Amino acid sequence: MHFLRPLSVLLSVLASLALAGTVLAADLATLVGNLTSGGLSEREAAITALAASGDERAAPILEALGAGQLYTRTSDKLVVIGKTDGNRLALTEAVSGKPAGSAVEADLERVRVNNRLRGTIEAAVGSLTLMSPNARVRLNAADALFKRRDTSALAALDQALAAEKDPRIKRAMSEARAAIVLATPDSPPAQKLAAIAVVRDRADRDSLGILKTVAAASEGEVKTAATAGADSVEQTLAAWQMAQNVWYGISLGSVLLLAAIGLAITFGTMGVINMAHGEMVMLGAYTTFVVQEVIRTSAPHLFDVSLVIALPLAFLVSGAIGILIERTIIRFLYGRPLDTLLATWGLSLVLQQAVRSIFGSSNREVGAPSWMSGTFQLGQLNITYGRLWIVVFALVVFVALILLLRKTPLGLYMRAVTQNRPMASAVGIRTPRVDALTFGLGSGIAGLAGVALSQIDNVSPNLGQGYIIDSFMVVVFGGVGNLFGTLIGAMTLGVVNKFLEPYAGAVLGKILVLVFIIMFIQRRPRGLFALKGRSVE
Amino acid sequence: MITRFLWQGMDRNLRLCVLLILAVGIALPLANLILAATNPAHVPSWVLQLFGKYLCYALLALAVDLVWGFCGILSLGHGAFFALGGYCMGMYLMRQIGTRGVYGNPILPDFMVFLNYKELPWFWHGFDHFWFAAIMVVLVPSVLAFALGWFAFRSRVTGVYLSIITQAMTFALMLAFFRNDMGLGGNNGLTDFKDILGYSVQASETRAVLFFASAVALALGLVISAAVVSSRFGKALTAVRDAESRMRFLGYRVEGFKLFVFVLSAAMAGVAGALYVPQVGIINPGEFAPGNSIEAVLWVAVGGRGTLVGPIIGAVLVNFGKTWLTGALPEVWLFALGALFIVVTLVLPKGIVGLWGQMKTRSQNRKARAPA
Repeated sequence: MHFLRPLSVLLSVLASLALAGTVLAADLATLVGNLTSGGLSEREAAITALAASGDERAAPILEALGAGQLYTRTSDKLVVIGKTDGNRLALTEAVSGKPAGSAVEADLERVRVNNRLRGTIEAAVGSLTLMSPNARVRLNAADALFKRRDTSALAALDQALAAEKDPRIKRAMSEARAAIVLATPDSPPAQKLAAIAVVRDRADRDSLGILKTVAAASEGEVKTAATAGADSVEQTLAAWQMAQNVWYGISLGSVLLLAAIGLAITFGTMGVINMAHGEMVMLGAYTTFVVQEVIRTSAPHLFDVSLVIALPLAFLVSGAIGILIERTIIRFLYGRPLDTLLATWGLSLVLQQAVRSIFGSSNREVGAPSWMSGTFQLGQLNITYGRLWIVVFALVVFVALILLLRKTPLGLYMRAVTQNRPMASAVGIRTPRVDALTFGLGSGIAGLAGVALSQIDNVSPNLGQGYIIDSFMVVVFGGVGNLFGTLIGAMTLGVVNKFLEPYAGAVLGKILVLVFIIMFIQRRPRGLFALKGRSVE
Repeated sequence: MITRFLWQGMDRNLRLCVLLILAVGIALPLANLILAATNPAHVPSWVLQLFGKYLCYALLALAVDLVWGFCGILSLGHGAFFALGGYCMGMYLMRQIGTRGVYGNPILPDFMVFLNYKELPWFWHGFDHFWFAAIMVVLVPSVLAFALGWFAFRSRVTGVYLSIITQAMTFALMLAFFRNDMGLGGNNGLTDFKDILGYSVQASETRAVLFFASAVALALGLVISAAVVSSRFGKALTAVRDAESRMRFLGYRVEGFKLFVFVLSAAMAGVAGALYVPQVGIINPGEFAPGNSIEAVLWVAVGGRGTLVGPIIGAVLVNFGKTWLTGALPEVWLFALGALFIVVTLVLPKGIVGLWGQMKTRSQNRKARAPA
């Protein structure tokens, strides 16, 4: 018998479904017929009966009734829904939902409603959606009821609650029920206490509001319970707030990571101070802008993949310019870091002015593709897709870079040249070539960062300047020549910054972080994770 | 004794240079005040103001050169010392406005009335006296430099790292001074000055005196720098620049040398800023921008680091070029400035003075070879 049980359950469910379908179809016609006959008071009873049927097709009929779009056709007494279509009305049969031609208003008789009936209809539609077979509709209806706290919907809610199978929706419904119970002043204290427990477990801003209202309005046991509940909700909210701050911090940290990681390569492994690094980021952002412009004018359907197209292009543009810079300027300045700093600063001025001359000094519009806009909720965390993608992207870039350095011949050469240049040269590594490629790689990654930053920052010639000091701070804080240090440095600074912001404000928070880093460098001049051994000069 | 100390640093060229600066400091204001406007040798007031600015920049460049050229500390934060000196002077000038401000409050400057301050913040007290402000102009940058240098040099933060933290310092100060809560005028800064020591800052006589004061300060700075670098102390300083570890092994306390010269340099930058503000008529947080400090380093590089005359030449030339280019071809200015950075570091590591020296030795060599 054991194996038959699921089968029998299934069969019975199917049978009941089929049965319900036929019964309701027959019922619906009569119920709709009752709607159109009789006076206003009978109409009210008919509406309630229709709502009680729980048929999903009843909802559009009731909505049409409420909107004054339900008619009886004079010729054959058919009940139809009429939607304005030019001078005539396009008709659909109310019960079956089939199109029924069109008619002018004179051939139809409107089913009249008054304001009181409209209220009844609204509540009826609400309870109908509670019974809808579509889970999402039910959930939304329950959430809406939680916010509206509509006392008249209590009966419908109880009915729906009894029928509900989905635990998530069931919870939403019982929360809505609890909210309604609490909103009703004369509900019994025992029910109120149970309701307080339910609302407390929901633990969001709405429930905090409800509990505070209850605590203020009631006395005795209920007041204590509501106050305790509000406190517990506040604690939960604080924990979520902290989680939200951590998320913002990680989000900021990944932006810092993106901006700094290219610098970590050029500064960390080559000892080159590239003040034009920010401008490489800026060039990446402008590449994105150009790609989107081209797509807008010639292939608008590709807009959603514009960023994917822009990524390799930005890498190539910034990387190529990086190699050009290395070959023409920086290679003459190896071993003179301070001179490199000045020369690349000059270069950054030139690049900024060049971009300003070509694209103008105003901000350029870079759009977000559809998959990067919007938000979703994780518990009570608000997460925007754009930020989420940037975090993911930063980590992907980071991992790819680590793999490149560890697993490819180029990475091997780079590490060799970093550790011991003369020796690497002696065993036949073409160090100038490796230098150029390393610099190109660092710049190319800055270009990738530019694509990501174009989504969250203004694309203007000054884009890069805003990041250069932060990037240096991240690299120095994390430890020069250590990519993991850069990762941890970026995330730490991001999170610390976001935690300081609520207390100190954005600007003061940033100042405190800068001061902290200045102090930190005094304690550990080589950063969090310092390179040890001979490679340290 | 002090005179002897100061005098021993002067060679013939430097003496000439100091005399030249003082001569300019006297001649230009006189040409502005005495000569009639129709006279071809008449110097218009705006030129006087412009060159007064250049003199302050030159003093700043000299300060940067003292640490960079002679001690190898590349500070990217000297603009902060300059601006701090400027703010100290600006606070004095704000207090001198008195009831002539828009709101006519005898104690609170306009922006404080506007921001609903009830009383003067504590750090504004004393700035109604010139002597107090004058001390602060030197003291505030010195103390900051001392604090930063004390920690940084003791933990042996050198080279690029030091450059980056000085840059972070000026950046943090810029952010701080942009805040209205700072009590220093927020992003509008301090402006609308009326009097200095009872004389109107707008009057051409006051401007002439300020110009002369700037020239004297520059000359004095030059004399002091020359005395420092040519003394035994200065020799040790140069040795620290060239081989810091070796000096340490030889038993010198390197931190002390660096700290002294860093503080001295910051004080000079502060004085430059203090003279700059009344001539320009405004000081705002933009002066803290990291770019300004790096530009000051460029002046030194253009003129010739490690020489005393170089930074002065560099500051005047580059700023002259800036004034001219931003007026005539505004788009070209940043290209020119950027190219200047690149060219100077690549081709002219010793700057204009170095180039001059090279040409002189070459012509001497040619002369030496000619009779043979």
